[in-house]
Amino acid sequence: MTASVAPAPPGFVAARARRGVGLSLTYLAALVIVGITVVPLLFVIIGGFRTNAQINAAPTGLPHPWVWQNYWSILDSALFWEFLGNSLLIAVVATAIAVSLGAMAGFALSRYHFRGREGIYTLFTIGLLFPIGVASLPLYLLLREIGLLENPFGVAIPQAAFSLPVTIVILRPFMRAIPDEIEDAAVLDGASRLGFFRRILLPLSMPALTTVAVLAFVTSWNSYLLPFLVFNDTQHFTLPLGVATFQTQYSQDTARVLAFTALSMLPALGFFVLAERRIVGGLTGSVKG
Amino acid sequence: MTTQAQLSDRADRATPARASAAQPVARRAGRVRQRWELVLLLGPALVLFLGFVLTPIGIAVYYSLYDWTGFGSLSQFTGLQNYELVLTGTVFQRSVIHNLIIAALSLIIQLPLSIGLALLLNRKLRGRAVLRLVVFAPYVLSEATTAVIWLLMLQPGGFVDQVLRAVGLGGLIHLWLANTGIVLYTLFVVITWKFIGFGIILLLAGLQGIPAELREAAALDGAGAWQATRHITLPLLGPTIRIWIFLSVIGSLQLFDLVWIMTLGGPANASSTMATYLIDHGFKRYEFGYGSAVAVLLFTICFVFALLYQRFALRRDTDGALTRMAG
Repeated sequence: MTASVAPAPPGFVAARARRGVGLSLTYLAALVIVGITVVPLLFVIIGGFRTNAQINAAPTGLPHPWVWQNYWSILDSALFWEFLGNSLLIAVVATAIAVSLGAMAGFALSRYHFRGREGIYTLFTIGLLFPIGVASLPLYLLLREIGLLENPFGVAIPQAAFSLPVTIVILRPFMRAIPDEIEDAAVLDGASRLGFFRRILLPLSMPALTTVAVLAFVTSWNSYLLPFLVFNDTQHFTLPLGVATFQTQYSQDTARVLAFTALSMLPALGFFVLAERRIVGGLTGSVKG
Repeated sequence: MTTQAQLSDRADRATPARASAAQPVARRAGRVRQRWELVLLLGPALVLFLGFVLTPIGIAVYYSLYDWTGFGSLSQFTGLQNYELVLTGTVFQRSVIHNLIIAALSLIIQLPLSIGLALLLNRKLRGRAVLRLVVFAPYVLSEATTAVIWLLMLQPGGFVDQVLRAVGLGGLIHLWLANTGIVLYTLFVVITWKFIGFGIILLLAGLQGIPAELREAAALDGAGAWQATRHITLPLLGPTIRIWIFLSVIGSLQLFDLVWIMTLGGPANASSTMATYLIDHGFKRYEFGYGSAVAVLLFTICFVFALLYQRFALRRDTDGALTRMAG
């Protein structure tokens, strides 16, 4: 383009050529990354369309012919839907509890002035360092004591508790940054503080609330350890637990395991494609603050 | 009345002396009300958090002082004996070393790789949005699903072996998960596959915060692309890199799901981590006292690392609150 207007100086051409090489190297690297990322996913999804005989004959081959049987039999059985339903129920309950209680606590810790406020906040932040594994033994005994083993709430409630720290740590600065003048105006208009919280602060905090909700949901949806400890009965299993168990149970039926794994990936990948901005923004935002 | 009490409370925050002198009754009413509001707002979260997070961890410390199977009463007080047993046990020591190897490999391999890829993806490429989507995809999958995918890929004579053979690297083929000398590194590759997207996205977000003018100015001063990267981009990425290191090390120390599903810490404890060791002893062998001691040690190691890292590495990025690390 530039060259057609005036002859380009030799340095420019050289720089441009170098940039061209750099660019194609970049594309090559990008291609390799995409390949490494996508091939395992495709292996699982496409593998689900093959028979065991096909897989044994050529592990890297394409389906020939394409077989729908594996997918149909799984979609037709109650097992997969049960796992999906359990995961959904637990993730929704855990998210609802974590976000609602976290928002209330975040409000108190950001816009009330009282003695011990920073102490309570620090207490919550210490929770950021506790992985659920550290608490697993006493937690298990506690759940056994209060009769929450084999119960979806036995997973959802502790998960909500473990999501509280990050929820509060994200919400507090956000709520604090909302100008005092808005609260003053609401109070002048006759709103109580709780009314201000419900009608003004919560709607204004929507972006931060969405972020913490996505975080809590994804954490719960992907968790393995707690469901593994709490559930013994297959009909209570969540998807991650179900996939891992299915894999050991049907280790001879590779095609079926592939199809099952592929189906269990789809909700997460679909949700991710739909809400990519929110998820990426939420995850990086939660870290960078 | 209520409004007045609140108004005085608001005024109170700005100029305490004036309000308290003028309306002592309203002020007290406001205070009582505030107390109830605080109980209402903070109470549920505190109860949940204390009940299901802090108390269990406190109780773990208590259990760790007993020899106990998780059933019956706690009667056999053994003091610090569990800790002594854990710390002198070779399997636990090896587990710690495995955690440290994963952490070290992450820093040596994943970090430069993430930085390189992030710099690459930060260029104006066609299809960059799709590329970012793809790179991040494995991070969205659960560790359990990831583990199963790779279990299937790594089967002897399976997909990975076939691909290696096809590209002429058949000599590299091993029993990826059954060879005690290799299993840990196999797991590290899977961990990298799953988590590298997160690092890249984090670094890309950091790169976006660096004004393009800085590099342009450096270019005008005669700096080459590499020099500009080395002396301008990387230093400015410092805060992001330090956060990544923190998350990566903590994640490496707490590694569980992936290892448990792929190898159960085996074969012959060749891939055990502190967390798999904890679950193995606590739930498979019902050594609740011993397992609790492992849990307390695992937590202590993470906590000490977090404090030290906060003190020495993150201090220049934040103003020092423990919270800022993740906040």
